[in-house]
Amino acid sequence: MQKVNVRQERCKQCGICIVNCPKEAISFAEEINLNGYRPAVVDNEKCISCGNCYTICPDWVFEILGEEN
Amino acid sequence: MAKKRKLPEMLGKQISFCPGCGHGVVVRLIAECIEELGQTNNVIWNIGVGCYSLASIGINADKFDSLHGKASATSTAFKKLNPDTLIISYQGDGDAYNIGIGESISTAYRNENITVITVNNTNYGMTGGQMSATTLPGQMTTTSPKGRDCATTGMPIKFPELVATQFPNAAYVARGSVTSPANVNKLKKYIKNAFEAQLNNEGYSLVEVLSPCPTNWGMTPLQSHDRVDNEIMTYYPLGEFKKREVK
Repeated sequence: MQKVNVRQERCKQCGICIVNCPKEAISFAEEINLNGYRPAVVDNEKCISCGNCYTICPDWVFEILGEEN
Repeated sequence: MAKKRKLPEMLGKQISFCPGCGHGVVVRLIAECIEELGQTNNVIWNIGVGCYSLASIGINADKFDSLHGKASATSTAFKKLNPDTLIISYQGDGDAYNIGIGESISTAYRNENITVITVNNTNYGMTGGQMSATTLPGQMTTTSPKGRDCATTGMPIKFPELVATQFPNAAYVARGSVTSPANVNKLKKYIKNAFEAQLNNEGYSLVEVLSPCPTNWGMTPLQSHDRVDNEIMTYYPLGEFKKREVK
């Protein structure tokens, strides 16, 4: 099941999510998005849904798909 | 099962901040706090002049683009006319501490019941990285190419400490940062406390945010985060300088 929704069209490739991910589950994609950046992609198997990427991302790329509250 | 984390409904379009800029995080935290306090339809964002003026594009709420430095003054008027509405004065360091220092100090001195959030990136970001009142000693900017000389320009201003020590009526004063998930979570608590203080009519509340400016510092986003952590935080300590009095 998908744990994180990554809205790649918003990503600006700053890399802040990558260093703040405790499981090293985030990397940059090979393809580029409409703004010319290589957006973040999340490895679903390594991800533990901790929400650090949602918390630190300045461009609102990530949504954690979990239960309400 | 993990907790769901979704963007507040108030935020829509992407804002064209530079990669790594801290403003996006601050805007999101403010929107989250407004939503959690149930004030989505009872808020006015009063936005000063700076890079964050771009934020008007992404915020679906009542907002006002104030004159440069005068956001605290216009917020005062909004609060007088709408005493039950949550008024947020969203400013930068050049806006609040240089051009609007008179309005900022006067508003704090009169203990107006508003919340001021200043984002401090130690320069004038929008106009090309000129020196501001918060530029650190020795920092090179476009108007201090040999580094800021504090013998002729004075030491950087610490506005939250000034308010906390000199204006004893102020309700809540704090400084936070956006450079790690732990700091962001603390900052959210500070912003929420400031809003609650305003909604309880406790008086003036101020939250300063240390934010990276990779473009004008000539750094990568990660280097600029390191600079905030290792250099700026030694001069501008984080924490609550004035806590809310339990009523």
